[in-house]
Amino acid sequence: MWDSIKEFASGFFVTGDPLIYGADVAIVMTLIAVVSVLTYFKRWTWLWREWLTTVDHKRIGIMYVIASLLMLFRGGVDALLMRTQLAVPNNDFLTPEHYNAIFTTHGVIMILFMAMPLMFGLFNLVVPLQIGARDVAFPFLNSLSFWLFFWGAMLFNMSFVIGGSPDAGWLSYPPLSEMSHSPGVGQDFYIWGIQISGIGSLMTGINFIVTILKMRAPGMKLFKMPMFSWSVLSSCLTIIMAFPILTVTLALLFIDRYFGAHFFTLDGGGNPMMYINLIWMWGHPEVYIVILPGFGIVSEVVATFSRKRLFGYKSMVFALMCIAVFSFFTWAHHFFTMGSGADVNIFFAISTMIIAIPTGVKVFNWIFTMYRGRVSFPTPMLWVMGLILCFVVGGMTGVMLSVAPADFQFHNSYFLIAHFHQVLIGGVVFSYFAGLYYWWPKVFGFKLNEKIGKWAFWLWNIGFYVCFMPQYAVGLMGMTRRVSTYGWDTGWWGMNLVSTIGGFIMGIAFLFQVWQILHSIKFMERDTTGDPWGGRTLEWSIPSPAPHYNFALTPIVDGRDPWWEEKLRRERGEAPKAQPPLEPIHMPKNSGIPFIMSFCWFLAGFGLVFNWLWIAIPGFIGVAACMLAHSFNYNTDYYIPVDEIERTEAAARGAV
Amino acid sequence: MAHGNANAHSHSHEGHHDLESLRSMGFWIFLMTDCILFGSLFATYIVLHANTAGGPTAHELFKMNGVIAETFILLTSSFTSGLAVLSMNQGNRKGLIGWLIVTVLLGASFITLEVTEFVDMVHEGAKISTSGFLSGFFTLVGTHGLHVSIGLCWMIALMIQIGRHGITPVTRRKVNVISLYWHFLDVVWIFVFTIVYLMGVM
Repeated sequence: MWDSIKEFASGFFVTGDPLIYGADVAIVMTLIAVVSVLTYFKRWTWLWREWLTTVDHKRIGIMYVIASLLMLFRGGVDALLMRTQLAVPNNDFLTPEHYNAIFTTHGVIMILFMAMPLMFGLFNLVVPLQIGARDVAFPFLNSLSFWLFFWGAMLFNMSFVIGGSPDAGWLSYPPLSEMSHSPGVGQDFYIWGIQISGIGSLMTGINFIVTILKMRAPGMKLFKMPMFSWSVLSSCLTIIMAFPILTVTLALLFIDRYFGAHFFTLDGGGNPMMYINLIWMWGHPEVYIVILPGFGIVSEVVATFSRKRLFGYKSMVFALMCIAVFSFFTWAHHFFTMGSGADVNIFFAISTMIIAIPTGVKVFNWIFTMYRGRVSFPTPMLWVMGLILCFVVGGMTGVMLSVAPADFQFHNSYFLIAHFHQVLIGGVVFSYFAGLYYWWPKVFGFKLNEKIGKWAFWLWNIGFYVCFMPQYAVGLMGMTRRVSTYGWDTGWWGMNLVSTIGGFIMGIAFLFQVWQILHSIKFMERDTTGDPWGGRTLEWSIPSPAPHYNFALTPIVDGRDPWWEEKLRRERGEAPKAQPPLEPIHMPKNSGIPFIMSFCWFLAGFGLVFNWLWIAIPGFIGVAACMLAHSFNYNTDYYIPVDEIERTEAAARGAV
Repeated sequence: MAHGNANAHSHSHEGHHDLESLRSMGFWIFLMTDCILFGSLFATYIVLHANTAGGPTAHELFKMNGVIAETFILLTSSFTSGLAVLSMNQGNRKGLIGWLIVTVLLGASFITLEVTEFVDMVHEGAKISTSGFLSGFFTLVGTHGLHVSIGLCWMIALMIQIGRHGITPVTRRKVNVISLYWHFLDVVWIFVFTIVYLMGVM
């Protein structure tokens, strides 16, 4: 008995690596800490009622942001482990197998479990407020999207200590990811972790398209909509076109592995190249999905801190939509070297270069917005300045890579690694940071400490260039990606050592941000104005943090920067328009079904990973039961009475 | 910037109505994503359809009599689901439930025929693991069958709700949505019939 338990456990739990034992201890200690804090402060029902079952887009947004920052920490630790391994030649800090697992999970976590949820967090925190809506179109679905992401991420992260991590790269090319080459459970964790959270992403895309198209305040025509909401719309349109392809691709890989089918195998008439086409038909649009909202954030921040209207509004919208469309015609530039022939390569080279044009339009528009503006540089604006510089350089190395013949030299080298980190960190991460700093007071009611924030900004930027500039050079010197060690004779060690130092500087910068948040929670003064930056759009016209119904009275919009124009009218001493009386507000009720249904998905995924149908089948039955329960529930909403709205508003205004 | 109450969530009757139209629009967008999902499956089938790896070919496997019967049954069920919507628009609850029952029965016979076809194939040694062609075939046609089966469960759940609540704005939207879904599956089947079966035996 004891022996069979021991035998089972040695296969089930990952053993034999001191780093894993450290992680085990950390996970157990964290769990004990969370459980005892919740029990000690008697917060279990509070947690369930106020957070786990909430359908309020602002709370869902906060949960997205917290989850993605935790994932940024995990993905960042992965990065530092890799950089430590590569710091000196012939290093044996990590085994090659462990190194493979780490670069795979680093990529997956940073793109799918850090960038995507941080983006969805910002969508949720900002879009309804910006378009003058009380909520998103489908609040229940919104909660379901979040919990699917959460449980998908949990499933993926579990592989670290249970069963073993995937190690076939972040896009898991077959045949490496097939049963023949990856017989363990890591790939199945990969498939189901991403599949479950991917369904959530798809639903978020649908949700925000309907929200933006149908729920704008009266008078807000599409061409009066704030730029961030435009960028969310373009990103969501790309999501609904791209994510079904990912769903299919992962399902086919699963069918290959589970039922022995031959979609991507080397034998039985399978075609591995088809996987690479399919995954990049999703994967290339995916990088635009995460950067487009970043462009929107930059546009908002630049206009606010230049105290000027955004320059070239319509060309910005046109540029966003062009990028969303062209993103679907560039996927083959990821495998120029795979023998598609000159004609195909030319097509994809040119379509890739074309994207630089609308992107350039946006950069010039931001610069022209600052021109002759009264520009100030608080932290959100600093991040924007960091972004413009970094993104322009990253974009130019991207154009270098898009030259098909030159790509035969750069392909899979550290030049490529440096390029995509420059656009993903310098573009996506920096712009999302700008957005977080900018909207933080709207969400929590206080600003983040500027002084620590500036330290964090400079450390991030210096760390970034110290880390990635040497990688361009070492890439041209011939160092390829995914190598876990190298010899003294290669001449790469100096560059790699500098790069590792840069990586650790970024790690310290992250710690500064954690300190900044903790320090600000304790010491910062509450913002009672609701408009600490002198904003232009509707979200700044209501108190911070916004009441759960957002707007007591639905705003009527007549210009592009409605709140800014209102403030100008007030300055001119114009009498405010007569306001209609308050009416009861229609709100959705909280629901526990999204949490339970997503947990059932998690069980089903976990069962399929280990081939345990006794878990998988009840999991799927649970999913179906939750769907039916929701379909039969007709008691989903309620009204907030007028006197309660009056009390809430008085409390918010009374603090002014 | 003035304030008013002309919004989608006010408690007027139109407010509720608007909520239902939001949901219909969301479903249309969902159908677009489903279109892309099927498009990807069709693409993989087309890439793999000649890769029989020594196994049976489409020409040897497909028995058109059963497939043509399936096609007629599914097209008829699309027609009866349309009749159900017509009854609903006339306020005829019995007619609505009646036509939905006919639709469910037709859908169930379609699934029965399809499962029989699959079982026969497997008995002849044409399994999902036999060749790339059969992997593509079973996955594409099976995904359509899975959609139809989900639609059947959904329709039964909806009939219970109509029995309980009658024809309300909510049940009306739900019937419209499932009929949209059912017609969509019919359109997908026409592509399956043409690209997989007709081009397979030609």
